[in-house]
Amino acid sequence: MSKTIMTVDDSASVRQMVSLTLKDAGYTVIEARDGRDALAKLSGPVGMIVTDLNMPGMGGIELIRTVRAMPQYRFTPIVMLTTESQASAKEEGKAAGATGWIVKPFKPDQLLAVAKKLLR
Amino acid sequence: MFREEMHRQAFKEEALELLGELEISLLELEADPANDDVINRVFRAMHTIKGSGAMFGFEDIASFTHEVETIFDLARTGRIAVTRELLSLTLLARDHILAMVEGTDSDTRAEEVIKGLKALNPKSVSPETTPTREPLTCALNPDLCTWRIRFAPPKNVFMSGTNPASLLEELCEMGEHHVIMHVKDIPSLPRLNPEKCLVWWDVILTTSKSEDEIRDVFIFVEEDSDLTIQMVGSCQNIDEESYKLIGQILVEKNDITKDALERILLERKPIGQLLSEAGLVSASQVEAALAEQQEVKRLKQSAGAEPQTSSIRVPAQKLDYLVDLVGELVTAQARLTQFASEQSDARLHGISEEIERLSDELRDNTLGIRMLPIGTTFTRFKRLVRDLSQELGKRIALETRGEDTELDKTVIERLNDPLVHLLRNSIDHGIESPEERLAKGKKPEGRIQLSAEHFGGEVLIRIIDDGAGIDPERIRAKAVEKGIIASDALISDKDALMLIFAPGFSTAEKVTSVSGRGVGMDVVKRNIDALRGRVSLESAPGQGTTISVRIPLTLAIIDGLQIQVEDSYFIMPLSAVEECVELIRKDSGRADLINLRGQMVPYVSLRAGFDIPGQAPEIEQVVVCNSQGRRVGIVVDRVIGEHQTVIKSLGKVYQDVRGISGATIKGDGSMALILDIAALVS
Repeated sequence: MSKTIMTVDDSASVRQMVSLTLKDAGYTVIEARDGRDALAKLSGPVGMIVTDLNMPGMGGIELIRTVRAMPQYRFTPIVMLTTESQASAKEEGKAAGATGWIVKPFKPDQLLAVAKKLLR
Repeated sequence: MFREEMHRQAFKEEALELLGELEISLLELEADPANDDVINRVFRAMHTIKGSGAMFGFEDIASFTHEVETIFDLARTGRIAVTRELLSLTLLARDHILAMVEGTDSDTRAEEVIKGLKALNPKSVSPETTPTREPLTCALNPDLCTWRIRFAPPKNVFMSGTNPASLLEELCEMGEHHVIMHVKDIPSLPRLNPEKCLVWWDVILTTSKSEDEIRDVFIFVEEDSDLTIQMVGSCQNIDEESYKLIGQILVEKNDITKDALERILLERKPIGQLLSEAGLVSASQVEAALAEQQEVKRLKQSAGAEPQTSSIRVPAQKLDYLVDLVGELVTAQARLTQFASEQSDARLHGISEEIERLSDELRDNTLGIRMLPIGTTFTRFKRLVRDLSQELGKRIALETRGEDTELDKTVIERLNDPLVHLLRNSIDHGIESPEERLAKGKKPEGRIQLSAEHFGGEVLIRIIDDGAGIDPERIRAKAVEKGIIASDALISDKDALMLIFAPGFSTAEKVTSVSGRGVGMDVVKRNIDALRGRVSLESAPGQGTTISVRIPLTLAIIDGLQIQVEDSYFIMPLSAVEECVELIRKDSGRADLINLRGQMVPYVSLRAGFDIPGQAPEIEQVVVCNSQGRRVGIVVDRVIGEHQTVIKSLGKVYQDVRGISGATIKGDGSMALILDIAALVS
């Protein structure tokens, strides 16, 4: 399976953290700053998508739903980044087709564990 | 750790940006409290600060922002109204977050803000912090135990991107294992839907891991799956017989696992059909999803046509250093040009010209990088006007124009204080109270217009208010009282107005917290002078006041015209120079005027102005300059030519010398003074 991971977040600092962590672990990383940007950059083999939920333009839920509807990525693992206060958003995300979630704040190791779990 | 520090720095930069946006949104919201888009933007900015803050170790920021966010969430969902009070508190909270980011916060302020915000909450609900966070680390259980794990994923498990096979693989890595797959639900091949997971598994696992760790393997699917984890014994007491029996079955069924999976991956169906078949969605919902998909595709195409803007962040000091280097380069290049012109070597000329062209471009580009739109400063003023007018009980609308006018970064920074002071003055002294305005037949709401525009090599910033205006008589009386002018001095109204910039002048009857902070308008003028700018003032009593500030685009390097008087060299800013003509003094008794194509232009002699000894040559040159809308000639001995002028300041001792704004180093290493045309002719 492809070792390319796309990270979608409107926060540049989170993007940087996710991206550097994954790159250090040997993954190829594509960065996108919101759902629309992600869709524009989504082509070719992507092994996993890590997306924030609350973003301007196109949010995470809509992104997940849209990606799931694309034949090429219907089985691609999608991990959403949520905060504790977003319990309902987690449900919504799962309904939209998210594979898993990481609760913010998280440590780089947690991210790597999830990447390793879903990207075998 | 270095990397961690880097993340924290990135967060700080981002937070500052977000806080800026937050402020703009809040102010927008004040004007239009029902705008859901803006409310959402406010919420999102706080949410991002909270989320990223916690991630990079700023727990205090995260928890404080969380409190604010909680209240704003109520506003977002319409449970409380967006009131002025809420906005004021949120603005305060925003300031506090800023202080926390910068590390200059105080706890008392935080408590105040939170108390105020909580008071707004009708039910004072406890924040929803039910920890839904599953523990990822568990105590190690060193004893080997055997577990029976039954895992039946939902039929649509593939649709969430989960691969049950990889979960099983992960599970199997934990220790000695046997996997049994149950395939009885798989129909005959023609009726098989390969995108549904129709199988379920039993796993017998012997591991040292705890139950929680095993459960964590299924963390993402646990809720929707049928998952039971039972301990069937520690490693010593496994029922040997049944163990063997199960093992045999496993060997048989393992092959089927492979087959089934391969078949599953072979066939494909439209997802809509699949979902409706699964009974998850109705046909109409599928239709909607398809429409959405097409919409997104269309958007994607149009997004592709948009120009991609990408930028990088660079610390400002690096840019400053770059500009310094370019300055040195320009100086060195000038020396090369001079040297080349003295040699009769065509190749050297060629190289020198090439270097000159390159360094010109490099200079323009480098200075261009430092150009910033002035808009960021203007937004800060919106807040200032809002806060001050509230404090003074006035109603003032601030209009800004020309936010995208670009100015050198340093200039913008140094322009901030003078502009703040000028604005304060307009709010405090200019705009009247609503009652007073109504009595004068004006609209109760005062208006201040802040505009910026390019004006030749300068930027013109204007602060226009429609307030009471300034009465020249009052200024005169005040100036006499303060001993700034003699009681019988005859000065024009225009000059009288400029007296408010004189040191020691303040017309406010009482010192308010707004205008009377110990700095007078004279400091404003000095600050602007230091930027080689000029300030002027026009006022119509009863109608309002216009303050104009003219600022050169950049401080570092200018195009200059080099001139000579005796053996002294001077530079004039080329942007001020219109033309050069010869001056032949036929009759020196006449007034200092030259006839320039029918127009009379006054001139001053630099030699006389600076008391330079020596005899003026027969034929002198007049450099005709445009200064503050007037044409003035400056008489010099010789005009040498254009000069790339890297401005060096003269230092504190010489900063009050009139007529000189700085110095520069010429091509041969000697020095030339830069003339301040405006000061020379006034």
